[in-house]
Amino acid sequence: MKNPLTVNNIFVYCEISEEGKVADVSLQLLTKGRQLAGELGVKLEAVVIGSDLGDTVKEVKPYGVDILHLAEDKRLFPYTTLPHASIVSKLFKEREPEIALLGATPTGRDLAPRVASTLKCGLTADCTSLVFGDHHDKKRDVKYENLLYQIRPAFGGNIIATIINPDTRPQMATVREGVMKLEKVSAPKDPEVYNLNVEEYVNKGDFVIDIVERHIEEKKVNITGSQIIVSGGYGVGSAANFKLLYELADVLGADVGASRAAVDAGFTEHERQVGQTGVTVRPKLYIACGISGAVQHRAGMEHSAKIISINPDAEAPINQIADYAINGKVEEVLPKMIKYYRKYAK
Amino acid sequence: MSFRILVLVKQVPDTRNVGEDAMKADGTVNRGALPAIFNPEDMNALEMALKVKDYHPDTEVIVMTMGPTRAADIIRESMYRGADDGYLLTDRKFAGSDTLATSYTLAAGARKLQPFDVLIAGRQAIDGDTAQVGPQVAEKLKLPQITYAENIEKISKTKITVKRRLDRGVEEVAVKMPVVLTAHSSADPCRPRNAKRLLKFKNARTIGELQNETEDYTNMGNAKSVHKISEWTVDDLDINPENLGLQGSPTKVKKIENVVFKQKDSVKLSESDEDIEKLMKDLITSHVIG
Repeated sequence: MKNPLTVNNIFVYCEISEEGKVADVSLQLLTKGRQLAGELGVKLEAVVIGSDLGDTVKEVKPYGVDILHLAEDKRLFPYTTLPHASIVSKLFKEREPEIALLGATPTGRDLAPRVASTLKCGLTADCTSLVFGDHHDKKRDVKYENLLYQIRPAFGGNIIATIINPDTRPQMATVREGVMKLEKVSAPKDPEVYNLNVEEYVNKGDFVIDIVERHIEEKKVNITGSQIIVSGGYGVGSAANFKLLYELADVLGADVGASRAAVDAGFTEHERQVGQTGVTVRPKLYIACGISGAVQHRAGMEHSAKIISINPDAEAPINQIADYAINGKVEEVLPKMIKYYRKYAK
Repeated sequence: MSFRILVLVKQVPDTRNVGEDAMKADGTVNRGALPAIFNPEDMNALEMALKVKDYHPDTEVIVMTMGPTRAADIIRESMYRGADDGYLLTDRKFAGSDTLATSYTLAAGARKLQPFDVLIAGRQAIDGDTAQVGPQVAEKLKLPQITYAENIEKISKTKITVKRRLDRGVEEVAVKMPVVLTAHSSADPCRPRNAKRLLKFKNARTIGELQNETEDYTNMGNAKSVHKISEWTVDDLDINPENLGLQGSPTKVKKIENVVFKQKDSVKLSESDEDIEKLMKDLITSHVIG
């Protein structure tokens, strides 16, 4: 039975970052949610749960949130599973959203399955694309319109699966940081704000986890916003050769990225890994050095505006998506790129 | 002090080493071409349990998996490395389960093995990478969850302290047991097989395996000494069949496609000074760089 008071909106769970702000991935999801809400002709709702939400309205407003639910309580930051899950589950039961989006972060991937299990609804992890489409269940001859097609790599990134949740709501999905674009709306309105009475939403036994200690490092490396990325693979050969990538990056004002194989080989740190198990990037220039281009890697960088590949193997799969395919050795090519950049750049 | 620890494990196709023949022409996965392996993070989970047993030798470590008969391989593998016993949940009705139906089934199995102090699963399996089953099992059992566990720092009769691995650091949390943990890949790798245990358990079999092997009379002579791996079907569990398999799965696979990238007409260059000079000049004039 449908509750006549609910309107089946699009919901985004906005996560609070270590810095106490709404996380970038959540703002990206608001952008996506705004677009989906526009297509369905419904509203965009967001829920933010934390201990100090004074600036939250200001942070989310530019992304076109219509209705904002705030749950503020000292005990709600840092994140622990049970109170957040209780609040989100109860709120979803009341609001009956059509779609619910969460970041595929450690928090989102901890929270979303717990909520989906409570609500007995479908959840798709790590979606790379979300679009509406129709579905015809031939067995039961039931037609569905505007289902959320939740598109994600599966099987280690070797296939792309389109997942649907025909009969359960909300249609829940998580999305990784950097996958969706961030875009402000042109004339944002103030959202309707509801301050939730936290005691009514949490259960007595929810605060069972004691956080004894936390060591959170400063955000050292984050290449998701880089305009130019010089990225290296196993074909770079050694950590010493990898230094060449840093030199070129330094000259170009770029950041260094890497494939999983290069990270596994210890050439550079994990934070720089691009691809399915790393970060997704969309720079204006991606220079792939000694990267063969496994699907898992390409999934994280195929949206780069321009791609240069440097590889001694002319048949390397990465060359299929490269704008420029340089057939050569990384240690030969990079010094020349530095030399000629210096010659022509003003 | 001793504990009872349940470890959830899964046999998965080795998606990390996918060869050319792994995909069929129609874009579906050729499972036959992929070796079946012990899901890597489930090995971390097993080690985490075995470490507790090292300090508290009366601890009982039990592994449980859901899968076809051949998944008994990873139960034996767990026993070679130190697990005391294993349970295989196997039934055609489990086929096609998404994470919700899977966790429903595993939780039913776990309930039958109660009381336990700790349930440990790997964070995620490499065939789906969803990381959903651990938290969903915890929810079904109404237990707290500690995801991304890297180490059990302390364990007492009622309370456990666990180090968690987060994106940018670590967190140490304490909670009363029973509790569900999911083990992160940064946790200690699993110890190797123990030769004595290998000899002891290499003939451990499920009923299903024994039935398949009856024609193999070399094994029949040993029938009495065979350690039985328990096999549970739908009938052995307190479950509602509507919540199982495809029927119990709210998510449906609408379409599976091969990964296709738009092929570009790439400019082919050599490593000559001439080519690189021209490239850098072009990139600067078109304002891609500089």
